[in-house]
Amino acid sequence: MNDMTNKWIGQRTIRPDGADKVTGRAQYSADFAMPGMIHAKMLRSPHAHARIRGIDTSKAEALPGVKAVVTAKDVVDFPLDKSVMLGIQDMRWMCRNVMAREKALFHGHPVAAVAAINEEVAAAACALIEVDYEVLPHVIEIEDAIKPDAPILHEWNKFEGKPSNIAGTMVLKTGDVEKGFAEADVVIERTFTSRPVHQGYIEPHACTVSYAADGRVTIWSSSQGQFMVRAMTSLLTGVPQSNIRAIPAEIGGGFGAKTIVYLEPIAVLLSKKSGRPVKMVMTRDEVQRATGPAPGSLSTVKIGARKDGTIVAAQGTFYLQAGALPGSPLRGPVGCSFAAYAIPNVLSVGYDVVSNRSKVAAYRAPGAPLGAFATECVLDEIAEKLGLDPLEMRLKNSAKAGDKAIYGPVFGEVTFKETVESILHHPHYKAPLDKNPSPGVKRGRGVASGFWYNAGGESSVQVNITEDGNVVVTTGHPDVGGSRASIANVVAELLGIDHSRVSVLIGDTMTIGFSNLTGGSRVTFASAMVATASTEKVIGQLKERAGKIWGIDAEAIKWEDGMALPAGDNAGKFPPLSLKELAAKANEMGGPIGTQVQLNTTGADPGFATHCVDVEVDVDLGIVRVLRYTAAQDVGRALHPGYVEGQIQGGVVQGIGWALSEEYLYDKNGRVDNASFLDYRMPVCSDVPMIDPVVIEIPNPKHPQGVRGVGEAPIVPPLAAIANAVHDALGKRFYALPMSPPRVSERLEQP
Amino acid sequence: MTDIRYLAPSTLDEAVRAFAAASGAARILAGGTDLLVQMRAGIAKPGTIIDIKKIPELTAIEDLGGGAYRIGAAVSGAVLAEHPTFRKAWPGVLEAVNLIGSKQVQGRASPGGNLCNGSPAGDSVPAMVAAGAVVTIQGPNGRRDLPVEKVPAGPGRTTLAPGEIVVAFTLPQRPKGSGDAYLRMIPRTEMDIAVVGMGVNLTMEGGVVKAARVGLGAVAPTVLLVEDAAKALIGTKLDDAALEAAAAACRAACKPINDKRGTIAYRIKVAGVLLKRTAAIAARRAGGN
Amino acid sequence: MSKIHVSTSVNGEPVEFLCDASASMLDALRGPLGLTGTKEGCGTGDCGACSITVDGRLVCSCLMLAVEAEGHEIATIEGMAQGETLHPLQRKFLEMAALQCGICTPGVLISARALLEKNPDPTEEEVRFGLAGNLCRCTGYDKIVRAVLETAAEMRETVR
Repeated sequence: MNDMTNKWIGQRTIRPDGADKVTGRAQYSADFAMPGMIHAKMLRSPHAHARIRGIDTSKAEALPGVKAVVTAKDVVDFPLDKSVMLGIQDMRWMCRNVMAREKALFHGHPVAAVAAINEEVAAAACALIEVDYEVLPHVIEIEDAIKPDAPILHEWNKFEGKPSNIAGTMVLKTGDVEKGFAEADVVIERTFTSRPVHQGYIEPHACTVSYAADGRVTIWSSSQGQFMVRAMTSLLTGVPQSNIRAIPAEIGGGFGAKTIVYLEPIAVLLSKKSGRPVKMVMTRDEVQRATGPAPGSLSTVKIGARKDGTIVAAQGTFYLQAGALPGSPLRGPVGCSFAAYAIPNVLSVGYDVVSNRSKVAAYRAPGAPLGAFATECVLDEIAEKLGLDPLEMRLKNSAKAGDKAIYGPVFGEVTFKETVESILHHPHYKAPLDKNPSPGVKRGRGVASGFWYNAGGESSVQVNITEDGNVVVTTGHPDVGGSRASIANVVAELLGIDHSRVSVLIGDTMTIGFSNLTGGSRVTFASAMVATASTEKVIGQLKERAGKIWGIDAEAIKWEDGMALPAGDNAGKFPPLSLKELAAKANEMGGPIGTQVQLNTTGADPGFATHCVDVEVDVDLGIVRVLRYTAAQDVGRALHPGYVEGQIQGGVVQGIGWALSEEYLYDKNGRVDNASFLDYRMPVCSDVPMIDPVVIEIPNPKHPQGVRGVGEAPIVPPLAAIANAVHDALGKRFYALPMSPPRVSERLEQP
Repeated sequence: MTDIRYLAPSTLDEAVRAFAAASGAARILAGGTDLLVQMRAGIAKPGTIIDIKKIPELTAIEDLGGGAYRIGAAVSGAVLAEHPTFRKAWPGVLEAVNLIGSKQVQGRASPGGNLCNGSPAGDSVPAMVAAGAVVTIQGPNGRRDLPVEKVPAGPGRTTLAPGEIVVAFTLPQRPKGSGDAYLRMIPRTEMDIAVVGMGVNLTMEGGVVKAARVGLGAVAPTVLLVEDAAKALIGTKLDDAALEAAAAACRAACKPINDKRGTIAYRIKVAGVLLKRTAAIAARRAGGN
Repeated sequence: MSKIHVSTSVNGEPVEFLCDASASMLDALRGPLGLTGTKEGCGTGDCGACSITVDGRLVCSCLMLAVEAEGHEIATIEGMAQGETLHPLQRKFLEMAALQCGICTPGVLISARALLEKNPDPTEEEVRFGLAGNLCRCTGYDKIVRAVLETAAEMRETVR
């Protein structure tokens, strides 16, 4: 697997979709058009919380140029008393998220949609829709939402027998924490808060849909799963899946957030009503206001350790903001926070808290960074108190093969230590740091680790040999960051042919078998595994064809360097048959060569990461800047190192934004106050240094190339690593994110 | 549908006539980096857009000699940066104009637009105030000149009369030993609106401050000329006590609000910090001139 | 509502189009001109995905009225390669994996080209500030900055 003789696996090849992307030809979701297409806009709630007593759309419908109006009554209802799950999403909430039903639950919640001859007419018609709102008190923050007298979003939701905004809990437990804490020499308990952050993809949500006269639907949109688009659209519109062709456009960033739909079902309903293709494009304001951020959090973590640094007990309580409808990623903090460590006594509890803000969506290792922020900061404090190196302390407590993970399974291989050691021995960690470089400037260094489950799941891959002896590979996964390049490397390697002879594309829901979402760090793992199976089948076919031509058994043939060869002298002497020669004879020897393999893949071992960061603080202004960043991660096998490093670097910089500058701000009316890229401060190019990825390759024995997931783990450690570095610089602990200049400045004035 | 008219007059008289005739329903287009955003958000709904970039006077940069310059109101930051001598004469003004947005925005945004947008956080304004810039305004009743600090009237408002257009900024002659600087506090390194903006313009002689002007932005409804801060600096060698006195004057001048970009306490604190830092840069530049 | 007729040049070719007075240059490029390589990420000049050059000067096309194109020279991503020959920046971005999702890439390339035309030998810091108007959420900027620096070095070598 880590075979130096590999010709393509591990090479920095040019991605198959590259030329289109650097020349502006790649088609993203807003780049499609259809003949006769009309344009749609959403009417969104101006209130953070209001009962909808009635909606009168008659004036809007009468406006010249308006072709269709849709409200919640057009969307398939999923009654509250029965859960219908699609993956991790409950359709009861999805149907209410795409269009407000009984209540508008956040400012920006869609209430109606209009399709018209152009966007201006559609917007004008939206303004003519009369909604009878009964404005209700709203609640935004977790602390307020869990108070006994808080405004209740969902009266039917009960917690401990009473109407509540706590919509769910998750508990993981091992041992006896009380007993454990009693055995500890040091116990530290701290409470941490963080604000919701947006995934921040540059491409706003958009779709173009056609509901044809025969009831067949075509959807062009970008998502992290065309099959998810098909299934959710089917459930919310009643159109059978067999009639929906969801075509994946190039996706302009998702990071988890494009694993649910906002527009497609509504656009289908508008297209059905109007008889016209409908295009719907969100503005940035709509994206920031009404699509899923990651949750904010209120976490308390308590860790007890012996003098030698052995952790004997850990307890975490994690409140996560679900947004207006249930479903925050509790398994992130509850399951991941302590998973890298062998701790005999653990109690990890999560609460799903609803409040009047947009429903959260997945964001890179959903929820895990919030748990790690708390846990890894408390560990740092314990190490400091015990006078231990924080990395040595992590090594001492690392989980190992055979340990039972708190979230259930018994660990196979655990490669956490390797990530810690690689930072421990990295020149960065050893480099001297001038902590007082000039008056008013302080520097500090921090470390933290992270864990993510990784995932397998369903994947389909077709491999077809063209008549001229080249290869077309079709997968079912939208490519968010270079997965086509990785698959091309794998297939070229296995077939022993030049990389340029392999084209990889993403099929739509009618041309490729079911494939689950691109997310959870699963796609390269799963699709490489299935592409391998598919390619091996094709190689089997090629050997059979050669066998027929030579009149020998296929078992007596080997495939090497793109050619069929007799396996040994016993097989006979024949001149090799190349892929091109076999393709040319395909039809006379049994027909086209190609296959599709569909698997529910398993064996995705978890991902571990350890990071080291140096920061500089402008003490008078409270500004924290990252000076140097090193991120070590075990990736199993880097099929395409460029895109593996890119995942790490991108995840780290998102983490830097989360730690230092990004947050949702609400005004007193419960409206998002910073719904723009200007005031939602994602890091710009001049904010960050180079990010040094340390790519560790310990092959996953359960994967043909040794792949583990990569994309999630890099965003888990940065929040804590940076907080620990700021502490090292200033001598003060930060328990609230983001560490924005006013916050840092205020904290510096506190004792 | 609103039927918007677009006019691109080639003379100032035509522009003023059209602007006055529209009686409030028109907006002036220079770089458009605020106007287009406001139109998109539905905040601005002009009936007529008057593009002033085809009027030669509005896009001219004139070296008047002795350090004095006349800058057309619609000159973009990028064009100003390319001027062969301006950078050396008024580095503070230039850095302020070129902090308005990204490189892309600098390709369009102008000091005239920045001033007329009326934002207390406009980057070029405190530097212009510190520089002692005089604004030439033309309207239906002719031309008049106004110190730049007299133009802003509050967030989004100016003292311009209906139909008046900002034509140019005149920066005065500078004695030897002068230097200016502009600093702003933003959370990121770029692409932010000033939480506090500080312009300082000094004339030094033998290490002693002979003249000083301090412009302070984003801490009150309008950009402020902080005369008390200038007084605290004049006659000193910019020793710690003088700088602290000037910083205190800046803090005292602040009447900020809590908003998404900063808190009251933070803005007041930062105003003092920036005074000291900006004055140090201006003094260094004055020493070099 | 009557539309305005605009004659301009896009990527070296004369073009004409009709637009509303309020239409942005981005609207015109993506609409009547069919040049969808220029992207809209925000519509407020804060992301740079719609970067183009006008008479060689870098601007956000979302912050420019389409009618202002009259008589000027517009350059977009579609004009950056010469036939099958990619611009050195385009080639280097592919070789160095300086794009992931690719939505910001057209804008980044246009900005980077404008930067190198003004400054053929930029420092890392100059590249970072030169590209500060272009948001990228995927790459963390590392490979973008490296690709621009390497392209600059290569282009200087070619000139020599």
